[in-house]
Amino acid sequence: VISSALTNLWYGFGIALQPNNLLWCFVGVLVGNLVGVLPGMGVLATISILLPLTFGMKPVAAILMLAGVYYGAQYGGAICSILLNLPCHPPHAVTCLDGFPLTQQGKGGTALAVTMVASFVGASWGITEMIFLAPVLVQVALQFGPTEVCSLMMLGLLAGSTLARGSPLKGVAMTVLGLLLGIVGSDIETGSARFTFGFTQLEDGIEIVALALGLFGIAEFMNSVNQLAKVDTKYTNVRLRDMRPSREDLKKSFFPMIRGTLIGSLCALIPGTGPTIASFVSYATEKKISRTPERFGRGAIEGVACPEASTHSSVQGDFIPTMSLGIPGDAVMALLLGALIIQGIVPGPQLISQHPDIFWGLIASFWIGNILLVLLNVPMIGIWVKLLTIPYKYLYPSALFFVCIGVYSANNDLFQVGETLFIGLAGYVLLRLGFHPAPVLLGFVLGPRFEENFRRAMLIARGDLAVFVERPISAVFLGLCVLLIAGQILVRLRKPKDNPLVKADAALEHVHALATPEPESDPQVEKVRAAS
Amino acid sequence: VKAFLQNFVHRRDFYAGSLMVLLGIGTFLQAQSYKLGTLTHMGPGFFPSILGVVLTGIGVLIAGSAAASHDEDAPVLPPHPEWRGWGCIIAGPLLFILFGHYGGLIPATFFCVFVSSLGDRTATLRGSLILATGITVFGALLFSFVLKVPFPLLRGVLS
Repeated sequence: VISSALTNLWYGFGIALQPNNLLWCFVGVLVGNLVGVLPGMGVLATISILLPLTFGMKPVAAILMLAGVYYGAQYGGAICSILLNLPCHPPHAVTCLDGFPLTQQGKGGTALAVTMVASFVGASWGITEMIFLAPVLVQVALQFGPTEVCSLMMLGLLAGSTLARGSPLKGVAMTVLGLLLGIVGSDIETGSARFTFGFTQLEDGIEIVALALGLFGIAEFMNSVNQLAKVDTKYTNVRLRDMRPSREDLKKSFFPMIRGTLIGSLCALIPGTGPTIASFVSYATEKKISRTPERFGRGAIEGVACPEASTHSSVQGDFIPTMSLGIPGDAVMALLLGALIIQGIVPGPQLISQHPDIFWGLIASFWIGNILLVLLNVPMIGIWVKLLTIPYKYLYPSALFFVCIGVYSANNDLFQVGETLFIGLAGYVLLRLGFHPAPVLLGFVLGPRFEENFRRAMLIARGDLAVFVERPISAVFLGLCVLLIAGQILVRLRKPKDNPLVKADAALEHVHALATPEPESDPQVEKVRAAS
Repeated sequence: VKAFLQNFVHRRDFYAGSLMVLLGIGTFLQAQSYKLGTLTHMGPGFFPSILGVVLTGIGVLIAGSAAASHDEDAPVLPPHPEWRGWGCIIAGPLLFILFGHYGGLIPATFFCVFVSSLGDRTATLRGSLILATGITVFGALLFSFVLKVPFPLLRGVLS
């Protein structure tokens, strides 16, 4: 097993080191790092803006770049959390708790250095996990017929919507909404237009770029305008020579790092529990087993090392179900899968054998990208820190322009801009009603394949729904679905306060509340309001 | 009973659930206009009909959970509605479409960035003008010359 993995990896490096691919990988991690550092910019919006630009690229280069944005942003997001106490990227919200006190004590550089080490360790483990686990999963998944695929998708969708943030019921509602949006356009089998309401532009379906930019671009801007705290740049002059962790710091953070990595890699395998949950669970674990739990929250270096390691191992591990089964665990993965579909590549277990260049090239590019990121972040920390100080009032109008031109260039059609605006408005209404829009994208990407497999399964079984429980593998998946629902109901009925997910959610809201003071407490804003 | 109903219909989850019920019923009715087919040979209307029913059911459950819960409710509108910010952000893409259709990339970019940046309470005319000009120059260079997006810079004058 190991020798074939090494051969494949060697092949992958050959692909990823081609000058063209290397360049795009670099562009991806650079943009990702930039977006991660800028407070108030999201990974999803960035990937969707870049998506239309990849239409003309080769599939390998496209996917290397888009993936690079995702893991690159994790490095930048940590800087934002540690130096500014701004949890703009949910996976790093928990890093604020100990990272910012360290900064206040003048040890921000040390915290950043430990973060870099932890990130690299976590990411390396996640990549290794992918190299060995993905081919095994593929071997199993290749036996699946449409019935099994259908049940597996059901499980993926259900896990993705109930385990993510917010109320599970609302999550499921958003997934169903996403499935519905995926239906819009011409029916695959009969070609008749569905839910197009007379717009010929909708006959090809809703543009994935428009959907993502509406929900995670425009709706987000409406949510954050005038709501983000003024950036406090008191602690942002970190230089390279501050970034030398003492031997004691490294020793203290070694085991937390390992534990964080393991928790992260486990969370990556359960769809729906991405890096955010991984970081919360690992922080809570570390605090619980520590001999000095009272140090946490006041600048314990372990409290930075373990969530960061687990975030990064989970981010890399997230690619496993996506690339090997074609089932994305969260919205970012759904978007990457969408990018593959646009390139004409059918996601699923056959991907590794049919497009080994994409799979192994991607894995090799992870190593290269992570090394590039460490090289980018350590010597150039001063530049990234400067970028932290760009205020949101300049960012969101510029981003809005990128949203407009990005969605235009997907089809060279202004209609799509209107479509994005409409989706954005609807997304903001949903946000205000307490819905988290991420599962919409999950349902949207899986929707057409789900329907196709469902129809095919029913055709083969001659309309007998019992086939889903009669075939053993499918029955196992459906059983897991039932367990998932039953578990959610039980946990919430018994003690809603003790649910770790509810806790993580509450903690996240708490950190948000800490970082964004109510607008009325800001005298500057009050003055402006009085004047107008 | 009246107090209970009063409490119920003013909760956020009641609106959230009702919206899902409306969407679900709407989907179901619309799906009936397509060919339904049978379970073995599903027509284009079959799958949407299922989804419509499921969404309606979940909507009822969400609205129902509003009746059962007595926790503190989150308001639908935030404590300080940002009408100006929202208006300016919505105006941005609208102006982009309008000026993009009749003017070209340069006016579209300029007005999109200029108007949307006025949504921030601390924005000044001068700052917004500078930002809009800067982004317009950058955008024109990047998208027109480097990436060659087919979008005339100024319709009829500059392509």
